[in-house]
Order: sequence, then structure tokens, then C-alpha cells
Amino acid sequence: SSRSASRVSSELFTLTYGALVTQLCKDYENDEDVNKQLHHNLFCNFLPRGFNIGVRLIEDFLARSNVGRCHDFRETADVIAKVAFKMYLGITPSITNWSPAGDEFSLILENNPLVDFVELPDNHSSLIYSNLLCGVLRGALEMVQMAVEAKFVQDTLKGDGVTEIRMRFIRRIEDNLPAGEE
Amino acid sequence: MADTVLFEFLHTEMVAELWAHDPDPGPGVSVGSRGEEAGATTGQKMSLSVLEGMGFRVGQALGERLPRETLAFREELDVLKFLCKDLWVAVFQKQMDSLRTNHQGTYVLQDNSFPLLLPMASGLQYLEEAPKFLAFTCGLLRGALCTLGIESVVTASVAALPVCKFQVVIPKS
Repeated sequence: SSRSASRVSSELFTLTYGALVTQLCKDYENDEDVNKQLHHNLFCNFLPRGFNIGVRLIEDFLARSNVGRCHDFRETADVIAKVAFKMYLGITPSITNWSPAGDEFSLILENNPLVDFVELPDNHSSLIYSNLLCGVLRGALEMVQMAVEAKFVQDTLKGDGVTEIRMRFIRRIEDNLPAGEE
Repeated sequence: MADTVLFEFLHTEMVAELWAHDPDPGPGVSVGSRGEEAGATTGQKMSLSVLEGMGFRVGQALGERLPRETLAFREELDVLKFLCKDLWVAVFQKQMDSLRTNHQGTYVLQDNSFPLLLPMASGLQYLEEAPKFLAFTCGLLRGALCTLGIESVVTASVAALPVCKFQVVIPKS
């Protein structure tokens, strides 16, 4: 047998997400107006839903991986690409295009992990499917006190040569103590 | 390689999102492959069938990807055993707890601690919510069976969380 059960497990998330996007795209085209609204809401809500997943995932990640606190954004990038992506999606993106200030970098994936399992109609916006992954990254990092922006800037699903996720550090999230408390 | 926690989190969010827009949640209903159950609102039926449909696609893909020691199953029961062992372990990291059949095309697969129900309190408290968390998996079973050459109708029922039963009916042609 050519595939192990653990490899199958690693594909379960991408298969499911691919099925979700495909189903919603097809239904969206066939639906009457009332259902279109439901599906529109579903699409727009991917980012916050992804955020929810990220918030839960970081706990699972920290428990499994035993990585310590990252001292800077470069360490964070390494952990995301070499530990987290590997652990949950079975792939290791490369890290490139650091900004001079060290507050932005790109994750390059040779293929979008979702592309094998998603069939998008030609005339449908392909932006929505990437929202989930960006939401996961934002939610997870917010739980470790980092406000970041994540967005797809290139995508093999749209015909680009690679898939590129741009990560930007916005600010450190400090605990907000009420005035008068230390 | 982590287990399927990312899938389980996504499943939770999918269920929550589909129900967030239902204006009339109503009582829970048992789940069928077309979501056609008496008492379900239009929104519920659509949501259940969306979930079941997605599970079907994923089940089809998993059916193709899982290693099969015997490429030709000797009989129908072997296929069901494959689902209870290989498929269930690949997706839920555990085997099905029991498999019963009347040897006339009806199979009952019982999971005594179904992972997608575990986050909810055990017992009777969230019984009405359970069907939403079973629809995808019913489709998953139906899809895997389809890839293995078997047409089926898959339903699920819960008497008390987290124990659930999946009923697979394979019509005789």
C-alpha cells in the first residue's frame, strides 16, 4: 500500500475544506436569492471562523510541540513554517522576502495545499477560500500576543507560479490592565 | 504528524456557521442522506444536506486514498469491517466499537465515544444538537462506500451522548 493512515489523516483537513468551498460555490450558482444570502454570509465569515480555529489550535500546538517563547519575528517565522505547517498540513513552506525592518515576510508554498481538492467555477471569486488559513494564522498568533496580518498575494489556484502568503507584524498585544491596577 | 484536530476544529466551525443563520432552529431531527426528515425547517434541511454532501465528497476521496490490503473484498461484510477499522482509525484515531448486521443489507455501526460528540456534555443534555454533528460523518461513510462500489443510505441516531449509531442500508437490486 502506498499511503499510510497518518498521511490520510493529514489530508483530511484539506479534503474537508476543499469540499466545503466546492459545495458552496456550486450551490451559490444554483440558488435562489434567499439561499444566496446564506452562502454570501458563509463566505464572508470564513475569516472569523478561521480565527476561532486558530485560537484553539495554538493551545494544541504549544502542548504538542514544546517550543519556547519566540524572541523575535524571525523565530516566529521559523516556528510557523518548519514546525506548525509541518505538523498540521505536512508541508514546509520556505521563508523569503523579509522587509528591511524585519516585520514582514513571505511563506512560499509550491502548491496551495487546497488546490488539489477545490474546483472553483471560472466566474467565481477565488478569494474566499484562502480566508480560512489566514484567519487561523491570525487567531493563533493573537493568542501569543502578536497582532499580525496574513494574506495571499500569489496563488497557484489563480494561475500564479507559486502560492505566497504575506505575513506582517502589526504590534505586540499587551495585557490591558484597568487604570490603577498593576 | 498531528492527528485530525485541525479537521475537528473545522468541522465544529462549519456546523456552527450553517446554524448561525437558521432563523428557526427548532428541535433536532434524525439525519438522512437527503436531510428529508419530518419537522425540519427548510434551513435545517439544507444545512444538513450541505454537511452530508461535503462528507460524501470527502468520503469518496478517502476511499481512494486508504491502503487496502485486499483490493477485492470477498463480501459486503468485509467492506463494512474495513470502514469500522481502517476508515475510522484514519479519521478518528479509534475503531468503531461494534458492528451488527441482519445479513440482509442492514448494518448498525456503534461508536461509544464518538469524537465529534465528545466536546458536548455526555448524557441527554444536548441530544437535540447531536444530528448536526453527525451529518458530515454519515456522508463520509456513504462516500467511502460509493468509492468501494456500494450504493447505500446512511443515517445516524443518538440515544445518549457520546454514544451514536450509524445505520447503513444497502438496497438489494
